Amino acid sequence: MPDEVDSKAPDPPSSPSLDPLDELFVFGSVETRRRFLKQVAGTSAALTLGPHLIALSGLEAANVTSSNNPIKMADVQLKINGLVHKLRLDPRTSLLDLLRENLHLTGSKKGCDHGQCGACTVLLNGRRVNSCLVLAITLEGDEITTIEGLAKGDELHPMQAAFVEHDGFQCGYCTPGQICSAIACVQEGHARDDAQIREWMSGNLCRCGAYPNIVDAIKDARGKMRAVTS
Amino acid sequence: MNAFSYSRASDPQAAVNGVAANPKAKFLGGGTNLVDLMKMGVEQPEQLVDINRLALTKVEELPDNGGVRIGALVRNSDLAEHQLITSRYPVLSEALLSGASPQLRNLATTGGNLLQRTRCYYFYDPAFPMCNKRNPGSGCGALEGYNRIHAILGQSDQCIATHPSDMCVAMAALDAVVRVQGPQGERTIPFAEFHRLPGATPNVETNLQPNELITAVDLPAIPFATRSHYLKVRDRASYAFALVSVAAALEMDGDKIKSARIALGGVAHKPWRASKAEQALAGKKAGENSFRGAAEAELAGAKGYTFNSFKIELAKRAITQALTTVARMA
Repeated sequence: MPDEVDSKAPDPPSSPSLDPLDELFVFGSVETRRRFLKQVAGTSAALTLGPHLIALSGLEAANVTSSNNPIKMADVQLKINGLVHKLRLDPRTSLLDLLRENLHLTGSKKGCDHGQCGACTVLLNGRRVNSCLVLAITLEGDEITTIEGLAKGDELHPMQAAFVEHDGFQCGYCTPGQICSAIACVQEGHARDDAQIREWMSGNLCRCGAYPNIVDAIKDARGKMRAVTS
Repeated sequence: MNAFSYSRASDPQAAVNGVAANPKAKFLGGGTNLVDLMKMGVEQPEQLVDINRLALTKVEELPDNGGVRIGALVRNSDLAEHQLITSRYPVLSEALLSGASPQLRNLATTGGNLLQRTRCYYFYDPAFPMCNKRNPGSGCGALEGYNRIHAILGQSDQCIATHPSDMCVAMAALDAVVRVQGPQGERTIPFAEFHRLPGATPNVETNLQPNELITAVDLPAIPFATRSHYLKVRDRASYAFALVSVAAALEMDGDKIKSARIALGGVAHKPWRASKAEQALAGKKAGENSFRGAAEAELAGAKGYTFNSFKIELAKRAITQALTTVARMA
């Protein structure tokens, strides 16, 4: 039996002041986020906020008084890296936002948030998917593996070790998605040669251009993964 | 993203009833297009009815005629590598594998692929005020705008968007039949009648009723479909939408063409069955001249815009090349 972790967020306030755009617990709970926004308001820190956050806070201000339609939260149990999490979620929460913002598994990266870059790739029931396009609420009973769930203690997964060995990255931002995708690529049997690896890894973009080393890493790990599984 | 309520359907009829009860409800399949459009604010459903747990996941032989039935929830990746598809309809397998990325194909469903919305920039971004799909009557931003990816066949002065699917182009060539279930029961829609041309109502993209659920796609038995090919021309070697694509199959009698199946992607508001080219090929000797002639016949009525006129010649060459490839197959 996997351990159980109760990560339920507090119930949202039922007053009409609840903002339906307080989506996804952007900073943990609604309260924490409000406090954070209050803290940064009027300080120079606000200038460094990305446009997304500024837009959110603007929307919040515009909607706080007009909203009379509180979000209906939903309870869901998800198995992530072998642990069962009991969660209470805004139905809009993507798997990626759940991982990063609620569970603080920040290995999976948000690149484009539109399924175009692959930085958010995780394994869902052993298959690679873009976690930014999957609503977490739909995954009851499914098994999710993220980059954090690949190593066995201090022993890296052969694909992780191969990326280190072959310098399969520069800045590293796309790397967790590349590694999850690469593991699936090998398991699917789509890592026969360079051309096939390139085609079947085309859903993972690397703006640093580490592609040749990524291909080398996959070819190296391919044999070691077979050795591990056989 | 706007707030929505969520429910999970246990059987197809429950899903249909759930969506029928709320005009602003939508079915949620793989979500690769719908969730993205919800993030963009283009789609704003009040309710999502999750159909992912429905038992519509089989690819099976049809008992009576040698055709194949594809469940609406068969994922694109599973369909592309299914033995019944790779052996009998290789053009469909090729089309699927040329679309999106492995991650997206693992999520995307057969039914959802049929309902993909256009990738027209003016449709996809609500910051553009003009789009007759999003806001009927607001105009078309692409007509006088940046229209490189837009239609050259069958468009109207209301909309020049293209259908983005690869899968559907192959299915159009294969004379697929879409099976749907609604509040009044089941019905079938021939593939050619499933998607619509824009006309004066580009916001109505298919002849599916809003409360109807796609349950399956049937492929009829086409023995010569083993001799088929999907050619996709795009800006990158992988992971890009088609500028022009061609699904082609040839039934040969010696070196003469008995019949041809050709459909085009990236050129119209719907997967474009190239009937004129098919007619031009019937009874002809296979070869570059007849292929080019057929392509000329199909594109005779094409109309380009400021940035996409190149597609007319590109489509002719792509048709010629795809047919050449098919003709060389044993």
